Amino acid sequence: MIRIEHLSQHYRDTQGGEVHAVRDVSLHIPAGQIFGIIGRSGAGKSTLVRSLNLLHRPTSGTVNIAGRELTTLTPDELRQARREIGMIFQHFNLLTSRNVFDNIALPLELIGLSRDEIRRRVDPLIELVGLTDQRLRYPAQLSGGQKQRVGIARALASQPKVLLSDEATSALDPETTRAILDLLRKINRELGLTIVLITHQMQVVKQICDRVAVMDAGRIIEEGSVIDVFRAPQHAVTRALLGDVIAHELPASVLARLRSQAVRGRVLRLSFIGEDVDRPLLSEAVKRFGLDFSILHGQLDEIQGQPFGSLTLLSQSDAQTLAAAQAFFSSHGVRSEEFDVLRIESDDAEGVLSLAVPVLVSAEGERHVA
Amino acid sequence: MSPELLALFWSSFLETLLMVGVAGAVGALIGIPLGIALHVTDAHGMLPHPWLNRVLGIVVNAVRSTPFIILLVAVIPFTRLLAGSSIGTTAAIVPLTIAAAPFIARLVETALREVDRGLVEAAQAMGATHAQIVRKVLLPEALPGIIAALTVTLVSLVGYSAMAGAIGGGGLGDLGIRYGYQRFLPEVMLLVVLILIGFVQLVQSLGDRLVRRLSHR
Repeated sequence: MIRIEHLSQHYRDTQGGEVHAVRDVSLHIPAGQIFGIIGRSGAGKSTLVRSLNLLHRPTSGTVNIAGRELTTLTPDELRQARREIGMIFQHFNLLTSRNVFDNIALPLELIGLSRDEIRRRVDPLIELVGLTDQRLRYPAQLSGGQKQRVGIARALASQPKVLLSDEATSALDPETTRAILDLLRKINRELGLTIVLITHQMQVVKQICDRVAVMDAGRIIEEGSVIDVFRAPQHAVTRALLGDVIAHELPASVLARLRSQAVRGRVLRLSFIGEDVDRPLLSEAVKRFGLDFSILHGQLDEIQGQPFGSLTLLSQSDAQTLAAAQAFFSSHGVRSEEFDVLRIESDDAEGVLSLAVPVLVSAEGERHVA
Repeated sequence: MSPELLALFWSSFLETLLMVGVAGAVGALIGIPLGIALHVTDAHGMLPHPWLNRVLGIVVNAVRSTPFIILLVAVIPFTRLLAGSSIGTTAAIVPLTIAAAPFIARLVETALREVDRGLVEAAQAMGATHAQIVRKVLLPEALPGIIAALTVTLVSLVGYSAMAGAIGGGGLGDLGIRYGYQRFLPEVMLLVVLILIGFVQLVQSLGDRLVRRLSHR
């Protein structure tokens, strides 16, 4: 659906210095996907998403959407093409002079549809985004979440094939963010819309994206399915961003306790994803191997409806029992790793951290702290 | 006060109304498009055109910095060409309009600048043409600001119109000078001032009310 090749965007800032906002980015986004582009502020995400509808014309490279090469279009053809690319914004960008209905009607007025035809298209959209009771209100009378619903309905009015979302939930509180993301998910499923979503919140990627690209300093540094990237982030920037949603390291308080109490025992970290979580693996391990443990730290979450989590155990069992339990876990798709408590005790704080970090990463042998 | 004098008040008031009204309306017809042109040709505007923007800016500033009493006489040849005469109420409308248009243009430009750039971007993303962006986004969004600008202009024109007496334009200001000052009738002067105060009050509050009704921010 969307194919960008070797896209670069340079411009001069106010001091006359050259800014390389996007550097040689190539991406392919299949139809019907929700594709996340995540990065810290200033990574070039906004510039990149704006070059998808040529609000920013790239310095070099090509942008192909729905089989049409945008960079070669005449201004008139480009306007035509933009009607197939909806866009929603962080600050909503609604017209203060128009009520909900008229804001959603704007793109249809631009095409020149009759008042009747406009009503026929806008009314179902108002219903879809759940604003039936607000249809004659002005943006100033709406909450942030409601404003973004208007923004979404407006973006859908011209029946686009692609929806671009530029930090659409960044100005919203967590609960409203969740509701808006649910709405985007619903639109993606019901209308088969391809969504490209720019964000700096890993939470957003986790909740609705199918694939994700991580951007840093104008480049795509990592790209993959959301589950893969969450399970095995390849890049320090990715791990830093992931830190918001999943801890790749033990909390300092837990480490401090382990060290100060000089606890006898072995520290085992389990990480799991998918349906295996449904099986009572831990209690089975207790029954079958006599595994004995207390839970130091744990985290359970969900990525696209799949359970995902990690559990750090402190066990008094001997090495043999532990090895048997670990084999049992790994045969059921749960990754496990043991840390030497004595080493943790003797190490300095930094050493402790580097030991605890690579649990989810260990498959690739990466041992860098983000 | 004699009935003759009262009739004079009435006809002077109508002359003021005529001068301010027509100059305001025609000034808006010229000033609003000029303000739009100033806005869109700006370096950060929709259609950056530094050269044209510069020329328009210089013309607007030149007219605005010329004292009105000088403008009044300086444009006499042009007034004669347009109004057929260089004296009288109709003739006074020409310099008043010339003074009002750039004034309105600057205020409109400022009002347009207040419109969030994001709205223009959103309209561009929808595939709007430049004309559509002006008509459907910039003007409606800036409308309260433009109405406020026109109100300020009308009030200023009331003041300017008092000078129109210099070329026989008539109006309340002229009445005040000729009767109140030159014929030593202080009560006439006082009444002229009171009427003007009331008139300006009325224009301003009508303008304010309209702005409040139009603004949904």
